[in-house]
Amino acid sequence: MAVEIKRGNDLSEIKTAKAVISGGRKRRRWAALLREPGTALGLFLVVSLLLAGLLAPWLPLDNPTKINLPERLLPPSTEHFLGTDHLGRDTFSRVVHGARMTLLAAAATLALSMTIALTVGIMSGYHGGWPDTALMALVDLLLAFPSLILALAVAGALGPGLFNVLLAAGAVWWVGHARIIRGVTLGARQMEYVTAARAAGAGHMRIILRHITPNILGPIIVIASLDVGWIILGIAGLNFLGLGAQPPTPEWGAMLNDARQHLQTAPRLILIPGVAIFLAVLGFNLLGDGLRDLLDPRTGRSGS
Amino acid sequence: MGAYLARRLATLPLLLLGISCVSFALLNLAPGDPAEIVLRQRNPGQTPSPAEVVAMREELGLNSSLPVQYVRWVSQALTGDLGQSYVTELPVAAQLTRRSVPTLLLTVSALTLAFLVAVPAGILSAQRRGSALDAVARLAALVGAAAPSYALAYGLIILFAVQLSLLPALGYGSPAQVVLPAIALSLGPMAQLMRLIRASMLETLGEDYIRTARAKGLPEQTVALRHTLRNALLPAIGATGVNLGYLLSGAVIVETIFTWPGLGQLMVGAVLTRDYPVVQGFVTYIAVVVLLVNLAADFALRVADPRLRFERVEV
Repeated sequence: MAVEIKRGNDLSEIKTAKAVISGGRKRRRWAALLREPGTALGLFLVVSLLLAGLLAPWLPLDNPTKINLPERLLPPSTEHFLGTDHLGRDTFSRVVHGARMTLLAAAATLALSMTIALTVGIMSGYHGGWPDTALMALVDLLLAFPSLILALAVAGALGPGLFNVLLAAGAVWWVGHARIIRGVTLGARQMEYVTAARAAGAGHMRIILRHITPNILGPIIVIASLDVGWIILGIAGLNFLGLGAQPPTPEWGAMLNDARQHLQTAPRLILIPGVAIFLAVLGFNLLGDGLRDLLDPRTGRSGS
Repeated sequence: MGAYLARRLATLPLLLLGISCVSFALLNLAPGDPAEIVLRQRNPGQTPSPAEVVAMREELGLNSSLPVQYVRWVSQALTGDLGQSYVTELPVAAQLTRRSVPTLLLTVSALTLAFLVAVPAGILSAQRRGSALDAVARLAALVGAAAPSYALAYGLIILFAVQLSLLPALGYGSPAQVVLPAIALSLGPMAQLMRLIRASMLETLGEDYIRTARAKGLPEQTVALRHTLRNALLPAIGATGVNLGYLLSGAVIVETIFTWPGLGQLMVGAVLTRDYPVVQGFVTYIAVVVLLVNLAADFALRVADPRLRFERVEV
């Protein structure tokens, strides 16, 4: 036991030393990330979205759900920067509050699907044997169901509501990731440091948490960052179909759905939430591409 | 090759069994009594009496245990009977068949369009890597991948149907009515295909046999079309098979917007009215189609590309 503790200390000392040496190089790599115009734009869009989402309740905006029928369908003006919708609600305020909904929904879905994917993937890759076979058979099976269609069916079965849509999306989204995480876990398990930890008497949980997880973090971050865009598109799509957020919730997909009847008279009500979704997805995709290039040098730089 | 096919085909019944289990579980996941939902659907605004509910439960066979219900559903499904819609009381299988035609028409048009644009764009972009053309194509691919099909569809309607009155926005029947939905559905796959073709062209352009072809003095376009494209297209075709599900998901939304009477519109309507037999039948049907298309695509790729046959196969 004493040996193990000592060894642990040695390793962490080596790690600190390495971190000091490579610190400068790492900073240069992160700086290079920002010099890529696409990634910088992505970061800008994502930060704007985060700021809008976090600050929405404290910004000097109209109440996004306050109905004001005399002021319905007003064109953009100084008072209503993006005009008003069919119930006289301020469109700009609804879009900004929509960012909050979008971020919350995406974060919840990502957390749920990643938890399932990590549990299944690590268990499968680390344990091997029949649980691996069984779990991967399940993954193969679920891959035959297109995720949006499965989420639609699950959300339909659970009934309308944003919470049910998130549950449905999280429950179907993990499938492909579990397989990737299994693959990287398999690779990490065969590393010498895992054998060394095991020889030193470390338990399975300790090996998984201290030795496997930190070493598969790179691919996981890449998957997650490339995923947010897809999740935003998917959830807004389900909301658009009328399954998720119910009126008067300011959510982009639901706003699009609301605006359908005013296609002829106020096409701006469709274009505004559409552009908002587009910019959010573009931002996360660009940032995800940049992170992939940075964290996964094997596949990186395919473009430039 | 034969052994590979045999092994894949051997797992097929197991996968189909699994698909039926998932689809069946979906219906039974739903809260609420299906008998009550049916009665509410058929007599809107009325609360069904307990006696009616009991009779309907009997009629729908809901009094049997779940395993018995499952076996009954699967044995009926094997004879092509997927039950009846709660709402319209029409047989589900017949509706799925009828609705498949418009969806097939839409997805095939969209895919054709995607290939027609993505293949030349991908080739040019790879050949003139780093040029302004390449930058524009890559930007377009990024935009195409991030644009939500629903917003795009409305953008197209607003521009071409409302402002310019060039094309019909809604409906099904005439060739002009295919144009807008097909464009809306094609942009996502188009962007993805372009990136894929560009990447695999770049990879192939570095191969030895390309250098050989150039060393023989073949013109650059011959090298590109005869030697590079043939190899670069294979992964694109394979990816299309794999992404069929993604395309069908897009079709669900695009069909709803353009009131296109296909499978997607059927599904959305069924989900919103809680018409579970239709939802269950649709999900089963799509999963089986995706499974079979993937198998066929995988097999076709192995026929087309002998190199794949020597790779270690994970089943």
